[in-house]
Amino acid sequence: MIEIDAISKAYGDVTVVDNVSMTIEAGSITVIVGTSGSGKTTLLRMINRLVEPTSGSIRIDGEDNGAIAPHELRRRIGYAIQGHGLFPHRTVADNIATVPKLLGWPQDRIDARVEELLNLFQLDPASFGPRFPHELSGGQSQRVGVARALAAEPNLLLMDEPFGALDPVIRAKAQDDLLAIQKHFGTTIILVTHDMEEAFGLADRIAVMDGGRLLQYATPSEMLASPATDFVASLIGTAERPFRLLALNPVERAVEPGAAEGKPISADASQRDALAELLWSGRPALPVTGKDGAVAGRVTVDGLLKQARPA
Amino acid sequence: MRFGLNRIDRVGVVVALIAAYGLVAPFALFRANRIVQGEGRSLLSALPPSLGVILLAFSVIAIVMALLRLPLFVKLLTSLVMLAMLAFAIGSAAGFLTPEGNNYARVSPGSGFWLLGAAFALLATDCLARLRPPPWGRIAILTATVAAITFVLTSGLWDGLSIIKEYFSRADTFWLEAGRHVTLALGSLAVAAVVGIPLGILCHRVEPVRSAILNLLNIVQTIPSIALFGILIGPLSWVATNVPGAADLGIRGVGMAPAFVALFLYSLLPMVANTVGGLAGVPAEANDAARGVGMTDRQRLAQVELPLAFPVILTGIRIVLVQNIGLATIAALIGGGGFGVFVFQGLGQTAMDLVLLGAVPTVTMAFAAAVILDAIVELVAPANAGRKEATA
Amino acid sequence: MRIGLPLLIRLVVFLALAIFLARPEWFASLLTPLTENGAPPVYVQSSLLSLTISHLLMVFAATIASTIVAVGLAILVTRESGREFLPLSRSLVNIGQTFPPVAVLALAVPMLGFGTWPTLIALFLYGLLPIFENTLTGLTTLPGPVMEAARGTGMTGWQRLIKVELPLAFPLILGGIRLSIVISLATATIGSTVAARTLGEVIIAGLQSNNLAFILQGGVVVAALAVLIYDSLLLAERIAARKSGLNRAP
Repeated sequence: MIEIDAISKAYGDVTVVDNVSMTIEAGSITVIVGTSGSGKTTLLRMINRLVEPTSGSIRIDGEDNGAIAPHELRRRIGYAIQGHGLFPHRTVADNIATVPKLLGWPQDRIDARVEELLNLFQLDPASFGPRFPHELSGGQSQRVGVARALAAEPNLLLMDEPFGALDPVIRAKAQDDLLAIQKHFGTTIILVTHDMEEAFGLADRIAVMDGGRLLQYATPSEMLASPATDFVASLIGTAERPFRLLALNPVERAVEPGAAEGKPISADASQRDALAELLWSGRPALPVTGKDGAVAGRVTVDGLLKQARPA
Repeated sequence: MRFGLNRIDRVGVVVALIAAYGLVAPFALFRANRIVQGEGRSLLSALPPSLGVILLAFSVIAIVMALLRLPLFVKLLTSLVMLAMLAFAIGSAAGFLTPEGNNYARVSPGSGFWLLGAAFALLATDCLARLRPPPWGRIAILTATVAAITFVLTSGLWDGLSIIKEYFSRADTFWLEAGRHVTLALGSLAVAAVVGIPLGILCHRVEPVRSAILNLLNIVQTIPSIALFGILIGPLSWVATNVPGAADLGIRGVGMAPAFVALFLYSLLPMVANTVGGLAGVPAEANDAARGVGMTDRQRLAQVELPLAFPVILTGIRIVLVQNIGLATIAALIGGGGFGVFVFQGLGQTAMDLVLLGAVPTVTMAFAAAVILDAIVELVAPANAGRKEATA
Repeated sequence: MRIGLPLLIRLVVFLALAIFLARPEWFASLLTPLTENGAPPVYVQSSLLSLTISHLLMVFAATIASTIVAVGLAILVTRESGREFLPLSRSLVNIGQTFPPVAVLALAVPMLGFGTWPTLIALFLYGLLPIFENTLTGLTTLPGPVMEAARGTGMTGWQRLIKVELPLAFPLILGGIRLSIVISLATATIGSTVAARTLGEVIIAGLQSNNLAFILQGGVVVAALAVLIYDSLLLAERIAARKSGLNRAP
């Protein structure tokens, strides 16, 4: 659990983070959203003390992060950034091994960990381990960057626009990978982005920042139902609201009894995908299949429209 | 305590240490004649008593000011006042130390003077580096400094100093050699520009020529100057004796000809490389747009590529000029003249004033050329001004 | 831009140089046409080989000292505690490089007298500039994300310097050393005018006795040394640049 308590950062007369407090549950994904200059990156960097706060405190699992030497603190917290920041003079394997080496792990444990992570990120250890960063594609570099951040089995992973430099197709894949890996390790993730789509796609809770202040800190559906300010509403985009809400919930929750013609849709697909399929194929209803593959009912346009507004 | 330490300027500490040592080191050197070893005279014994005390007091105040975090222009002013006082004091020391009617005795600045001068010049440099004056400001500062030095030289204030006495005893040759030095440095630059820029354009357009020419010029640039000067003596003597009319044009194995050719060869690499670099740095969009509006290759070169590459080419000229002013000194070794004549004569006679008479104008010219051309480069490339400053 | 000598030419130049230095008398007949009035075609006052060794020793000693001091200073002014010296040190290097090496040599004489020392000191002082400048460029132009990552992975200041900053700046530092050595080779040649034992002695002797053979053999030996050393350092630098993974090869 991360407890951010009345934290502020000022450079001279300019306050970039203004009295922000929030509590982040262990094992959750929190996404901090805001425009550039909103203070979101500064807030993130105060957690691993790349920036020292002017006032306030941050406790990680009850321990004040100001009480730990900055470099030791950072070795315990994963950190992945936009443009990956891989060390160009070290191989992929050496890059991933950075923090374990700093922590003095035995070599065989390091090797095992590097291999595990490369496999996890679908990079063949024998082929990718000895490569240098300039021999990787953008998507591969980004995966190695996240693998490096996770190498020392941190409980907490900070990510600063980690997918910012990727093209849309690779980005979507990277986001899915991140969700899978978060499930696998149960890591607490705090991610900064300016992309609302990304925030809604990943977050358990979203924090919206503007002008250094925390405007709203809520689950995605709460934020859709009742945006705290006009700024939050405009960031969500009024035209996007129903679709974002549909995207948050699985078809499962909109299943009605009855039968339908045509190609079925899986119960754990998102309601947005179901609506899109209905609109595009011109059908009034789709059959829904459960986990076992048997048809569990159907989903209709009318039924989904009811779901597209907050209850 | 922490507050107190924060008030101390770290560069100021270095300045203060050098200046403090300068105050106790010999301020002036007295020699019975121009080639014997000098004996040091301290600040207070080298100057009339009142002046010595005043200089000492001002130096102490200036040292304290250097240590504190004061506004930069205040520090700049302090350093300039101190440099002016030092210039005046060393002139007075010469008059004070030289016995009446003695023409053999020499007074020259001692390590104390040089250290004090270096300390306050350092302070001034630091202030200017942090203030970052715009190009015109830098030229103005340079002009003012040159005017001040000219004034001191013509006022007769320094006439008692050994280097000026050395100048008086060979004023004619001084200006002759100065002329040769400038001819060598500027003349070879001009020829190198006329040859090098078209060659650079050729290299830019024709890939295979590029690496061959740049390779060759790189090797030439690597050859030590005195070696190249020497190697050129052979071919040029052959030309002088075997090509009719060449000797009448002044082409000879020794003298200015090999020096001129050597300087020209050294100048080619920066000229060609910077022309190529400048043209290669022209944004592809600009070239595309030029083609798109229907410019011919020639029009594109004249109206788009060359104007955009001009600042980089000018940087090449700056490199060449500063380099040539320095290298022209070596010409003296093969009879080519220039300020090197005094340097090497001085070294031969162990007459250090003579060495200085050659070295000081060379350094001054090179420095002034660098300041002026840097300023011009920045003026013609306003868009790059910020970046240039950051890397300078 | 591809600059460098083909391997074969390197070997030929090196072999020719080595044979000439070891057995200069074999070349006497070749050099005799350049002499007048029966002057000696080969410099014999001192063996060419020993002059070459003395020349190179002087250059290497000065360069090693310059490298240690210049890299150390560049590290100091790029640390947080030395930042205040950064603008000043940049200006000083710019000013210093407008000083002709000959002037530095000439000005060292009044302080140190004649002989090896003023030459060594001049080589050392002038050699500082390119190394300092290049190290500074190397240490101040490191890619932002890489430095951010180095801090973010929990490296201490010292670990960042040793494991990231210096390895990445290394090719540029090597470039500075190359420039410094080439300048020093030339300046050391002039050092013989202040009585340092270098190959310049042969050239100066040739100039004084109007012996073209001396001038040529001195000049060609120095030139060949300079070109060979320059070329091999350039090669080393390219390999280092490739290893560092940053694309800023010379």
